[in-house]
Amino acid sequence: MKKEALKTLRAFLIELAIYAVLVVCYFFLVLHFLGAGLRQLEVNHRYTYACVSILLIIGQAVLLENVTTLLLRLLRGRSE
Amino acid sequence: MLFPISGAHISPIYLAVIGFLIGILGGFFGVGGSFIAGPALRIVGLDWNFAVGTDLAHIVGKSVVAAKRHRALGNVDLKLGLIMAVGTIGGAEVGAQLIQMLKRAGNVNLVVSIVSIAVYVSISSFMIWESRKTLASRKPLPPASAKGAKQDRSAFQHVTRAIQRLKLAPIIHLPVSGVRISLWIILAVAFVGGLFSGFLGGGAGYIRMPSMVYVLGIPTHLAVGTDLFEIIISASYGTFSHAVKGNVDILIALVMHTGAAIGAQIGAIMTQYFTGPKIRLAFVPLPLIGAAIVIYTLFTGHKL
Repeated sequence: MKKEALKTLRAFLIELAIYAVLVVCYFFLVLHFLGAGLRQLEVNHRYTYACVSILLIIGQAVLLENVTTLLLRLLRGRSE
Repeated sequence: MLFPISGAHISPIYLAVIGFLIGILGGFFGVGGSFIAGPALRIVGLDWNFAVGTDLAHIVGKSVVAAKRHRALGNVDLKLGLIMAVGTIGGAEVGAQLIQMLKRAGNVNLVVSIVSIAVYVSISSFMIWESRKTLASRKPLPPASAKGAKQDRSAFQHVTRAIQRLKLAPIIHLPVSGVRISLWIILAVAFVGGLFSGFLGGGAGYIRMPSMVYVLGIPTHLAVGTDLFEIIISASYGTFSHAVKGNVDILIALVMHTGAAIGAQIGAIMTQYFTGPKIRLAFVPLPLIGAAIVIYTLFTGHKL
């Protein structure tokens, strides 16, 4: 039981480290490529901006949930 | 780092860490965490209107992750969540109108502050009494009334059962939660939650989650998961409304959400290791933090 808990903790910490690297890359990608476009949209087309905002945040949520689940599965070597 | 939509300079690491902490709270308690996110964004210089709107957008993303995880654990009652979303949106609109009325009367800050302090302290006091009494009673869990329903117990159960016995047609059967109850009671609970959301700001999970447990009789784990699912719908509506008014910096929300995505999963998984009364007892400090923030703003005049 204790061995299993240690294995889970280790997998989680590795996952967190990999995730942190991915997230830092993501910060720069998102801000670099989306920043200007979204700013223009927010100024000129508010309703489109509102719809795009919701789609972006839900899309990111689904993507990150899948990334973290995949990472954990790969690290633990079995499905949760 | 400059966020061009709001024009704010904020460290993305700070945003991700705040998101991570709020994500854990959200995944564990089924709350949006706006009482922490709002002040956290204000402290780094984001305007109040952007703090409110951006926080709502981040809540949508975090709730998607946490609700998905809770759904995998069998903690989401989709039927209940969809019904509640209708009541919540209606209540939020009425709450927003109440705010406008108070603004015209010129005493909005004082009234909202006093109401929120009273509500927060009442919820915390009641939950500490109930959860401690339940934990001390050592009674066995009641038999599950439906296959798959998560078992829970509460010292307030006699009142909950009396509410469930009210025959106000139509009666709704919620097989996942193991509850039969009037549709009007579900809508009333959701409406009150929405009313406080529109009146006090944020998602009002601090009212809706306890109401689902004590009024509707939903087991705590299911109340947490279903509240998160319901928040996806109501917070999306709020995000759209704020974005149209120019109050959302989606780039800040996206960065905050990178931390929240992992925090929300940790919070959701943690619920497996705690019983319902223990989750409710751990919930007690949250409304008190909200009350402390309101008292601070009331006495100092600084809106956090």
